[in-house]
Amino acid sequence: MSELNKMTLADARNNLRAGEITSVELTEACLAEIDGSDALNAFVHNTPEIAMQQAQAADARIAEGDAPSMCGLPIGIKDLFCTKGVPSQAASRILDGFRPEYESTVSQNLFDAGAVMLGKLNMDEFAMGSSNETSVYGNAVNPWKVDDRALTPGGSSGGSAAAVAADLCLAATGTDTGGSIRQPAAFTGITGIKPTYGRCSRWGIIAFASSLDQAGPMTKSVRDAAIMLEAMCGHDPKDSTSADLAVPNFEAMLSGDIRGKVIGIPKEYRMDGMPEEIEQLWADGTAMLKDAGAEIRDITLPHTKYALPAYYVIAPAEASSNLARYDGVRYGHRATLEAGDGITEMYEKTRAEGFGHEVQNRVMIGTYVLSAGFYDAYYNRARRVRALIKKDFDDVFAAGVDAILTPATPSSAFGLGEMADADPVQMYLNDVFTVTVNLAGLPGISVPAGLDSKGLPLGLQLIGKPWEEGDMLNIAYALEGAAGFVAKPAKWW
Amino acid sequence: MSIDTKTAAKVAHLARIRVEDDKLPALAQEFNNILGFIEQLNEVDVEGVEPMTSVTPMRLKRREDVVTDGNMPEKVMSNAPDAREGFFAVPKVVE
Repeated sequence: MSELNKMTLADARNNLRAGEITSVELTEACLAEIDGSDALNAFVHNTPEIAMQQAQAADARIAEGDAPSMCGLPIGIKDLFCTKGVPSQAASRILDGFRPEYESTVSQNLFDAGAVMLGKLNMDEFAMGSSNETSVYGNAVNPWKVDDRALTPGGSSGGSAAAVAADLCLAATGTDTGGSIRQPAAFTGITGIKPTYGRCSRWGIIAFASSLDQAGPMTKSVRDAAIMLEAMCGHDPKDSTSADLAVPNFEAMLSGDIRGKVIGIPKEYRMDGMPEEIEQLWADGTAMLKDAGAEIRDITLPHTKYALPAYYVIAPAEASSNLARYDGVRYGHRATLEAGDGITEMYEKTRAEGFGHEVQNRVMIGTYVLSAGFYDAYYNRARRVRALIKKDFDDVFAAGVDAILTPATPSSAFGLGEMADADPVQMYLNDVFTVTVNLAGLPGISVPAGLDSKGLPLGLQLIGKPWEEGDMLNIAYALEGAAGFVAKPAKWW
Repeated sequence: MSIDTKTAAKVAHLARIRVEDDKLPALAQEFNNILGFIEQLNEVDVEGVEPMTSVTPMRLKRREDVVTDGNMPEKVMSNAPDAREGFFAVPKVVE
C-alpha cells in the first residue's frame, strides 16, 4: 500500500486492526516524508527512535487484540507540550536546552491510547502570534503555494497545521488561546477543534494565558478530530480547572443527521471590508446546513467588537504572570553576566536575550495593565467586558440555538513577511472571529469549506454550546460532507 | 493616556526585561498603539457587571492539604543553568 502517510486516522486505524498494514510501516512512511520536508520547517525536534519504539509496541498490542483508539497512529506534538526527555521549548530561546522530567497529561493520554510521536512541531514563541513568524526556529511554511511567495501556515500552531496539510503525519496536537488551532487549520485546509475550556487538561502544557488556553487536535477530517479529541481529553486531578465530566464517544455521535438543529448566524461577524469570497463562503455554508434540514436563525452577539481589545488586556496580563517563571534560575537560558552584575541584572539580561520581540511586548503590556493605578481601568474593565461577551452567547443558546456558524478567518493565508511593517493590531485581526470563543470558554471548530480565487483554502467555524463538542462535531460532519473539500496542496517541497 | 519613555522604562524594569535607552521611544510608541486599541473598552457600559473570575460555572476541585510529591532533587535541578550541591546558584545578593 503506497503513501501510507496520506491516510486519515480513521482509515489507518481500520487498516491496522484488519492487519492490512503495520504501525512500523506507517511510521516509517511518515519519518521518510519528514526527512524530505525541511523547506516547510514544520518538525523542529524529530524523535524517530521514540516513534519506532512506540510503533513496535503498538503492533504488538494490535497482534494481541488490544488496540485502543489511537493505537499505532503516528502524530506530531506541538512544541508547547512538555514531553519527557525531549526538547520542549515553546519555540523560545529562553527554554533552550530544556528537557522536561515529566510528560504533559494530554500527550500521556495520547500515548496511553497507543499513539506514536514523530517529533515536536514549530509554533509562534509561547503561542503568541498568528503567522508562526515569532519562532526561535524560524518560520514554518504553508504547503499551499499559488505563486513564488512562501505563505504563512497561520499561527500559533503553524507547524502542526503545515505538517498535517503536507501529510508528514496523520494528525497533530495544537493549542488555542485566541484562535491558534482554528486559524492555522483554515489557512492550510485542515480541521481543527478547540474544545470547551476544561475539557483537556492543561497540566504540562507551557502556559500562555491560563484562563483561555485549551489543547485540541488538528486533523484531516471531522471524524479524525472526534477520534483524537476523545483520546486527548478527560478529567485530570493535576489541573484544578479540568472538568470532572464523562467524555462521550464523539465518533459515535457523527450521524450527519442535523434535522431540526438551530444554527445561529451572528450579524456582528459581517465586517466592513470583508472580502466578497468570505461572505460567499459563509452564505454557501449556511445554505448547506439549511439543505441538510437545519433551521437558520439570525442572531446578535452585541459585544463582539470588544472581544479583541478585551483579549489584548487579559491575555498579556496572564502571560506577564505566567512568564515570570523564566528567570534564568531553574531551567533554560541564562545570560552571560559581567563582573559586578547582581541578581536583577541576571533577570533583566536573561529575559531580554531569551524572549523575542512580540513576547517581550506582551509581557510588558501585561505588566502595565496590572500595575498599581491601572488594574481597575484596564484589567478589571476587560474582565467585565469578558463577562458581557459570555452573556451574549449564553442568551443565544438559552433562546434555543444549537450552534453558531461564522467564517473562521477574515482572509486566506498571506505571505510570510508581508505583515512585518504593519501595526501589530493588523496581525491581531486574524483572530477576530475566533477570539470570542476563548473568552466565553466555548468549543469551536474550523472546517475547510472551499478555495478562494487564488486557489487557497478557506474555513468555516462552528461554535457549540459548552460541553456539546459531540453535537458540534456532528454539525461539522454534515458541513464537511456537503462542502466536499478534497483539495490538497501540490508538492513543491 | 499616553505613555512616555520614562513610563516605558519603568514598565520594562517591573517586567525585569532590559531595554536599552535608545530603544525606549520605539517601545513607548508600540505601547501607545496597543493601548489606543484597548481604549475602545471605555465605550462599553459595564455598570453592575462583575469581573469574570471563571469561565465555567464550577467550583474548583479541592484536595487534602498533604504532601503528594517530592524527594527528587536531581530531577528538579536537572535543567538548571547553574546548580551546585543541591542548590540553584545565583549571583551574590547583597541587601
